[in-house]
Amino acid sequence: MANKLIIAPAPHVQTEQSTSCIMRDVLIALLPALAVSTWVFGVDVLFVTAVSVISCVLFEFLIQKFFVKGPLSVNNLSAAVTGLLLAFNLPSSIPWWIVVIGAFVAIAIAKMTFGGLGKNPFNPALVGRVFLLLAYPVQMTSFPAVEGCDALSGATMLAAVKQGVVGVDSLGVGDLLLGTMPGSMGEVSALALLLGFVYLLFRRVITWHVPVTVLGTMALFAFVVALTNGGGALLWELPLFHILAGGAMLGAIFMATDYSSSPMTIRGGVIFAVGIGVITMLIRLWGAYPEGMSFAILIMNSCVPLINKYVKPKRFGVK
Amino acid sequence: MKTFPIGGVHPSENKLSSAKPIEVLPLPEVVNIPLGQHIGAPAVAKVAKGDKVLTGQLIAEAGSFMSANIHSPISGTVTAVGPVVNAQGLRQPMITIQREGDEWVEGIDRSTTLVKECKLEAKDIIAKIKDAGIVGMGGATFPTHVKLSVPPGKKAEVLIINGVECEPYLTSDHRTMLERGEELVVGVTILMKAIGVDKAVIGIENNKPDAIENLRKIASAYTGIEVMPLMVKYPQGGEKQLIAAVTGRQVPPPPALPIDVGAVVCNASTTVAVYEAVQKNKPLIERVVTVTGKKVKNPRNLLTRMGTPISTLLEAAGGLPEDAGKVINGGPMMGRAMVNLDSPVTKGCSGITVMCGSDAERKMPSQCIKCGKCVNACPMGLEPYWLAKMSQKKKWDEIEGEMITSCIECGCCQSSCPAYLPLLDWVRLGKQTVMGRIRARMATQKK
Repeated sequence: MANKLIIAPAPHVQTEQSTSCIMRDVLIALLPALAVSTWVFGVDVLFVTAVSVISCVLFEFLIQKFFVKGPLSVNNLSAAVTGLLLAFNLPSSIPWWIVVIGAFVAIAIAKMTFGGLGKNPFNPALVGRVFLLLAYPVQMTSFPAVEGCDALSGATMLAAVKQGVVGVDSLGVGDLLLGTMPGSMGEVSALALLLGFVYLLFRRVITWHVPVTVLGTMALFAFVVALTNGGGALLWELPLFHILAGGAMLGAIFMATDYSSSPMTIRGGVIFAVGIGVITMLIRLWGAYPEGMSFAILIMNSCVPLINKYVKPKRFGVK
Repeated sequence: MKTFPIGGVHPSENKLSSAKPIEVLPLPEVVNIPLGQHIGAPAVAKVAKGDKVLTGQLIAEAGSFMSANIHSPISGTVTAVGPVVNAQGLRQPMITIQREGDEWVEGIDRSTTLVKECKLEAKDIIAKIKDAGIVGMGGATFPTHVKLSVPPGKKAEVLIINGVECEPYLTSDHRTMLERGEELVVGVTILMKAIGVDKAVIGIENNKPDAIENLRKIASAYTGIEVMPLMVKYPQGGEKQLIAAVTGRQVPPPPALPIDVGAVVCNASTTVAVYEAVQKNKPLIERVVTVTGKKVKNPRNLLTRMGTPISTLLEAAGGLPEDAGKVINGGPMMGRAMVNLDSPVTKGCSGITVMCGSDAERKMPSQCIKCGKCVNACPMGLEPYWLAKMSQKKKWDEIEGEMITSCIECGCCQSSCPAYLPLLDWVRLGKQTVMGRIRARMATQKK
């Protein structure tokens, strides 16, 4: 036998779904939202996105090259995903240098400091966003007006409703689904984000449990609040408004499902998701900020090690 | 449709040889018979160099209760009893026989006439199965007579025949269920009698509709035998998974056994061997081996005498492909890669799978991304990423607490890892170490 045979223990088959393949699928799943955003807010969206993605990839490359040992893994596309998600959390009118700062915080501080992909306890894009929100509150909360949405004049739906400027029924479900309203670039179109969700499920990148539980918890919470406020049309308007407006969809589908900052088991994921839903609603309804998704996810991120330690999968044969 | 409750994966099936009828491989000129080709103590050689042996003659006797007899697969002269290099490249005691003709021991019924009736009592059936040296032919090679000897205080309620064949590529059980269905079903009745149950379930994944239909038709003439189609999901052929799929009962963690939930499981090909042993006095000296692989010219199912060199089977399937990188004894999920292709076919060898080019190589591992896919894939509900990490750190108490001994080494975790981490390598190491520690602890307790 001339062949040199390879010896290795079983299994001898490995999945085609590599890390970079998963990251590519997440990027693809975000494209519909990017397209709708460009249609609603104009080409500024593409500029901000490009700045964010390029800075994230560049920061990760530089840090891996000069500060960390081991092989370069920047080609696994995870930095590009962070860049895209960060951009989705910004207004399209944001100055480019703020985007670069956000990218630095996301990659250098929230991701690489902890050891890079798979080791970051917090969602890097959200750390970047929250840092910017605290450091540049004016730029981060001025949104370009959207045609046909004059009543809001540059405030997000959540903010306008919170200030009592408009009611939860001021925008039709159509606008909420399509995304023709002011807001962060990637969060406005619920429909485009749901399309991405279906793609991620189809490609088996994530399971339905976390997104559905987050949104379900929020809807239930809003329903109970509506019930105590007299009910009526509010019973369905308030839940629908809360899951369609703001960052609920983007957060539930793309942020709360970030692998390394979410629990390893499905059971743990459900607990994590309920926490996110509840905290988001508490902030939205009674907190200082109109939107609480980012904070809720970051707070629950900090509980993940604890959840992983105590929430075990159902063992076979153990009652 | 039923299946097991936790985890599982869907590897590409690649059942290339499922339409190929079983063909008889010409008799080998020389055979090597390992004395240890089953779980338990190796058999003890009963022949010496120079002895003449007949086909079907006992050449090595079970070394203890947990062991199995071995019979000569050909007639001829014993040329050596001693160490020979095995499939993994290690020296192992074997009996070497040079063939002269094909003369069988008297009393073996070689006709194809179906003998349905079995008047033997349970203990005589088990004795005959023990004499014939039958072990689990699905790959685990657990001595069948041990499985059938229900310990006092326990009671068997159902016999489950494993016709799942969830390993990719392999088709030997599938073809056996198609071509030897009558004998298989008689074998089922014999096994039912042996363990004293009136109910048997033949579990078959529904990617083999022809086998399901064939056995249903045959089984309809008998009482108490049900053919149950199962959803396709690996590792359904695992004993615990199959019991859970069929009965809904989960075997508790080790040291509990299937009998603790009232189940006895027997592989489909083994059941045919039981029929032959009890009704035809034929010991286990041949088996169906699938020779397969994407680049193998002529994937086939070959009825092969034990001890035949693997290389002979590969030649019969069109030779080893040019860029063959890995030859696996068994299927790609649980089979063992071989170094020595002249090593012999043994009782547990259900197939030879040849992997070529990049398929044969492991992909470059990167870092864990905490995706949780291994946790969701594990059919035992374990956390492979954590067990692997803790094994690496030698945290033996930690992994024992996390139930590492429940691992069935099915490979679901590693095969679904997007970072291509060698999870099962580490888990296996941890499991072996923990089991060693448990044994040591029990030994000191006894003192």
